[in-house]
Amino acid sequence: MRGAKSAKWVAGAIVVALSATACGGSDSGDTDAKEKGKPAGYVSIDVGEPQKPLIPADTNETLGSYVIQSLFTQLLDFDAKGQIVYTNAESIETKDSKTWTVKLKKGWKFHNGEAVTSESYINAWNWYANVKNKQQNAFWFEDIKGYEDVHPAKGEPKADKMSGLKAVDDTTFTIELSKPVPYFEYKLGYTTWAPLPKTFYDDPKAFGLKPVGNGPYIFEKWDRKKLIQVKANPDYQGPNKAQNKGVLFKNYATVEAAYQDLLSGNLDMIRQIGPKDLPKYKQDLGDRAIDQEYAAIQSLVPTFYSKTFKDIDPKVLQGLSMGIDRETITKTVLNGTRTPATSFTPLGVQGNQKLDTDVFTFDAAKAKKLVTEGGGVPGNKIWIQYNADGGHKEWVTAVCESIRNSTGVECLPDAKPDFQTDLEARDNKQVKSFYRGGWVADYPVNANFMRELYGTTAEANNGKFSDKEVDAAFKKGDNAKSLEESIKLYQEAEKLVLEKMPAIPLWQYRINGGHSEAVDNVEVDFHGDLEVTGVTVKK
Amino acid sequence: MGRYVARRLLQMIPVFIGSTLLVFLMMYALPGDPVRALAGEQAVDQAQIAQMKKDLGLDLPIWQQYWNYLTGLFQGDFGTQIATQRPVAEVIGDAFPITVRLALFAFAFTAIVGIAMGVLAGLKADTFRDRGLLVVTLLLISVPSFVLGFLAQYFFAHQLGWVEPNVSALAESHELILPAVVLGSLSLAYVARLTRTSVAENLRSDYMRTAVAKGLPRRRIVGVHLMRNSMIPVVTFLGTDIGTLMGGAVVTEGIFNVQGVGYAVFGALKSREGSTVVGIVTLIVVVYLVASLLVDLLYAVLDPRIRYA
Repeated sequence: MRGAKSAKWVAGAIVVALSATACGGSDSGDTDAKEKGKPAGYVSIDVGEPQKPLIPADTNETLGSYVIQSLFTQLLDFDAKGQIVYTNAESIETKDSKTWTVKLKKGWKFHNGEAVTSESYINAWNWYANVKNKQQNAFWFEDIKGYEDVHPAKGEPKADKMSGLKAVDDTTFTIELSKPVPYFEYKLGYTTWAPLPKTFYDDPKAFGLKPVGNGPYIFEKWDRKKLIQVKANPDYQGPNKAQNKGVLFKNYATVEAAYQDLLSGNLDMIRQIGPKDLPKYKQDLGDRAIDQEYAAIQSLVPTFYSKTFKDIDPKVLQGLSMGIDRETITKTVLNGTRTPATSFTPLGVQGNQKLDTDVFTFDAAKAKKLVTEGGGVPGNKIWIQYNADGGHKEWVTAVCESIRNSTGVECLPDAKPDFQTDLEARDNKQVKSFYRGGWVADYPVNANFMRELYGTTAEANNGKFSDKEVDAAFKKGDNAKSLEESIKLYQEAEKLVLEKMPAIPLWQYRINGGHSEAVDNVEVDFHGDLEVTGVTVKK
Repeated sequence: MGRYVARRLLQMIPVFIGSTLLVFLMMYALPGDPVRALAGEQAVDQAQIAQMKKDLGLDLPIWQQYWNYLTGLFQGDFGTQIATQRPVAEVIGDAFPITVRLALFAFAFTAIVGIAMGVLAGLKADTFRDRGLLVVTLLLISVPSFVLGFLAQYFFAHQLGWVEPNVSALAESHELILPAVVLGSLSLAYVARLTRTSVAENLRSDYMRTAVAKGLPRRRIVGVHLMRNSMIPVVTFLGTDIGTLMGGAVVTEGIFNVQGVGYAVFGALKSREGSTVVGIVTLIVVVYLVASLLVDLLYAVLDPRIRYA
């Protein structure tokens, strides 16, 4: 038994060691709300872990944007209708759409007390645009004169300042663009254009974990993968001053888990209801359910390099579009989470129009006729590529079924295991015929839904659509004297786009969320994001 | 004995290197580029992506990447995540303690309740009690864990209001009880069945008759003579189960919002964070190895005829 005894000892030691690590400390915050760790007067929302550290120009996904928006205020913002509201800017003026003069509101301060000046903006934008700093959104600054010097396509930057940015005095500066962009002002509403305090440049990496902004909330703490806590900024002077004492951005493993917490009063706001709970969430929540359209559109994008669609007659695409029963699919398969599209732009962006056409209306007979007239699809077979990790399988299958039944064209879903693989196939031009496209408005103007997607040189034009007439029409819109004129010209361009069919718009997204009984005044902005600043806590 | 343990520990080194290499190669073989994916459907700046890859060492040949990873590992550096720029060690340090607790609760539940049920049934094989146990375990085995999880959440949290439906970010121990019970219930069924069969079989063996004939008290007969011999298959199962409980809890962790290892590795896989996946999987491999060493040592405790030299 000698061996047995020492084995006992070894086993015992390891059990002790394991249980010692198991009893890791658990500190509980003091709180008077039901929700664990939430200070009184704060509201909570299911916003998961941001993908990257919190630097405005390095954040292009929803979760990080939520937090950035609460901490930083740019020159302007948009109301629910997509109209401009000046926040940090007093005025932005231009005569030729090329040189823009920005006047800042006086007396604004960063959370550390530093004044927000012209330099806070200019230095930040120069830093963001510099290729050496590898900011995800650097391309947003490409309109500014001198961008090529700080962000050349190859090699080292030639300068560290863009020549188009000039400070006039502490609260006035001018932006000169390399060519006129009538809707440039709208672009300034994107979170990327936020100013930075001087402390940022000492250690950008540390700043990203503990950002100091000029926005309605002050950063408090970030428990990685658990929550981000911000408190209301008492000295904030913008129109979107916080109506609550602070916000908890909480990370959930699944949307279902977040919904459970909403039901049990452990979460105040939920951005998206999972498919499991969609059929019943309106019953559960009553008037606390949120169901509203926002400026994003989902479409089938044909790849014009593929065997299927090389030199295709647009009539065929129009026919395929008419072969899709959008009404039924959005109602049944998608549980009312989308609104059928009626044009290439979603409701809620400037210049959205009702196109005088039946291309978006389901008509099986005419669909078949158009496809035949256009010479049919090579091989009479199409594929729709989608990523299987995004909940797209159901509607892709339904759309295929619809196309097959109405036009007789064989349609097959082409699943890629996840978004990365899907993107890789798009980048490498390996999409067999259609891919699933989705586009959320960066700024609420119709140009954003056309120029960035269907222009020959547009970076997000993965379908490689290229048409001289369309490019010319876009160019006309870009060269317009005023924003109104530009919007009108892009509306004209949209009619041309309809004839060329660079994509088949399917439907517009809706936000399906809700809030708890503890809070009130939950509104949605044009992006489909919940406006946390306006939310009030019920007494 | 000491030499045996030392030999087993030394054997872990090649297994460790082999498993990291395999997982590393598998991550490498997966399609999709994590750096490119950061841009999503937005515009892609090739120059910038190339620069980021260079900084992360992702532009090197695979063997060199692996070598860098391994040398880093021996200096205690698990690497850095691509998107979040967090040290992987920190990610693991956040997730592991929660999962270890969850797994240990589940393990304790499985072992204590499972063995008790098995012994109770096995002592009176083919009675009503025994049949009842078989039905219950059959149910547990056939119902998928997510059904069980949602049901438990519905009854205990929403109907009865005994617990909160989710585990909060603090992950206090009492919050982990319900997830642990759901997580452990499948293994519980197996443990109960294994114990029952083993006990029922050993009841008829010679040494049991001898023990009864010697006039030993019943408590000693069942508690020592019977149990000790019947535990060998159960211990084998429990040993491997520890690893499964730690690594395979993705579904249960998702339902109850436990921010543990399963969730971390699932998230890392989806965003192609190679070093995170390799790090976590490697640690789980180590847990498996240690658990199986423990099981082997326990054999000697249970059955004195087994000796290690």
